[in-house]
Amino acid sequence: MFGYFPCGDATLIVKAGRDISPATNQLVRKLLYCLDERPLPGVSEVIPSYNELLVCYDPLQTDCQQLKNQIQLIEPDLDMVELPLPARVVIYVCYGGELGPDLSEVARYNGLREEEVVDLHTSVDYPVYMLGFTPGFCYLGGMDKRLSTPRKTTPRIKIPAGSVGIAEAQTGIYPIESPGGWQLIGRTPAELFNPKRENVFLVNPGDIIRFKSITLDVFFEMKRQVQSQL
Amino acid sequence: MASIVIEKPGFLSTVQDLGRFGFQRYGMPVAGAMDAFSLQLANSLVGNPHGAAGIEATLLGPDIRFISGGMAAFCGSGMRGFLNNKHVDAYKSFSVSAGDLLRFEMDRCGCRMYIAFAGGLDVPVVMGSKSTYLRSGTGGFHGRALKEGDEIPLGQAPEKCPIKEIPASLLPDYAKKDPIRIIPGPEIRRLSKEGLISLLTTPYRVGDQSDRMGYRLEGEKINLNNESHDIISSGVCTGTLQLPGNGQPIMLMADHQTTGGYMRMAVVASVDLTRAAQLRAGDSICFAEISINKAQTLFRARNRELACLTNNKPDTSPGSRPPS
Repeated sequence: MFGYFPCGDATLIVKAGRDISPATNQLVRKLLYCLDERPLPGVSEVIPSYNELLVCYDPLQTDCQQLKNQIQLIEPDLDMVELPLPARVVIYVCYGGELGPDLSEVARYNGLREEEVVDLHTSVDYPVYMLGFTPGFCYLGGMDKRLSTPRKTTPRIKIPAGSVGIAEAQTGIYPIESPGGWQLIGRTPAELFNPKRENVFLVNPGDIIRFKSITLDVFFEMKRQVQSQL
Repeated sequence: MASIVIEKPGFLSTVQDLGRFGFQRYGMPVAGAMDAFSLQLANSLVGNPHGAAGIEATLLGPDIRFISGGMAAFCGSGMRGFLNNKHVDAYKSFSVSAGDLLRFEMDRCGCRMYIAFAGGLDVPVVMGSKSTYLRSGTGGFHGRALKEGDEIPLGQAPEKCPIKEIPASLLPDYAKKDPIRIIPGPEIRRLSKEGLISLLTTPYRVGDQSDRMGYRLEGEKINLNNESHDIISSGVCTGTLQLPGNGQPIMLMADHQTTGGYMRMAVVASVDLTRAAQLRAGDSICFAEISINKAQTLFRARNRELACLTNNKPDTSPGSRPPS
């Protein structure tokens, strides 16, 4: 079922498939779940992605072959593993205006009205396949293809934290201020990453995100609340 | 309370331990000392746990005023140290008195020096580590590079220090231009025969756009068989040599993103990350292939020797896990 590939002298790649699909990703998360429940000796951390699990280990304590043998013992039981129900996370977004300067461009590119873009963006569930790129950045599946828009030809130097954007067939949220070329359609007052909070990260791999539209007034009110909670 | 004051910050000085582990699945980079081995050596010289937080200085070292007496040491390369204008050796501990000034001058080669203080730097532990991750402003001293006037408290100094200098067998020879040893990565088969020859026989220059995230390497274009440079975004580890479409490798270092979409052509042997961390922009490097077994044997041997230095009990302080 799995493919095993060493990656340097301290990492083992466990490959669950060659595609981006809910089935392959679920297999990855099932193995992640098992390794979280019963950590293997010498494994320092495990990083899930769409179709792989990167197993980081301490070569002073274990090696690739031993880890492979141990994981192969878990493999046959994975079908029976029941993943905990995914958490549903609602992300409130103020669309358009100053907080979403590219909403009109996304609408124009796809021959839609701005309200239709918002309706399409808020009407589906987005599974979190993986996190990466920056702390708290979620790779989401599920966006309606009618919203696909190419990246901006010139990337912005600074994109504010909380910005919600579209790049090709992907949508995502910038957790920290960073440069980037995504089309920005709105902004959320939520903090996806905050090291001062007990749950540093708002979203886990496997969670389901749903966007809800809010007004500018509500955005500022929620932003104020988020900041006063610290 | 014991402390130090930064009188001049140098080019880029940050608080680092061995890194922040356990959060890469959330996209949080490990950060930590680029040359973790040198930080461990410096800590062992002042009797600290190997993973205690120290200063990572880059190219141009900081000026550090001691507000209280104690022990200090520095290991790594790229600069020469002076205590009250008198030369002090790297890889040896020295005692300091209140009011002393430690400063550094740039050296001809090398890049990073690790300065350890008895008791370690007493900054808050954030997500299990004292390391600074600059991009998100997390950890270290207020999440940023050190600035003029910063006063950093020191922890409780250990009662005694078991060693005074690092034995010759553990001294890294940074001047030696041996190739950096690499282990073939999961996508190595995508290289053409000529591509593999380019990688293993021609020199690469460390590009100007190189930092704690990674090095952009410049040299002979590495060609592929008729295949793509891209992979489905997947996890990457420190030392990974990615190959983007322009055929010029990127070497991922301490602050690297946790996932990437470029093929993983090869991975630097853990034992050679210390030399890789001492490269500066403009340096030229070559690569040589090594097997996983050989790389692990070398890594284990060096760590046995490191452990023997102080006969340390297992180290459980935050951020003290060995980089994997």
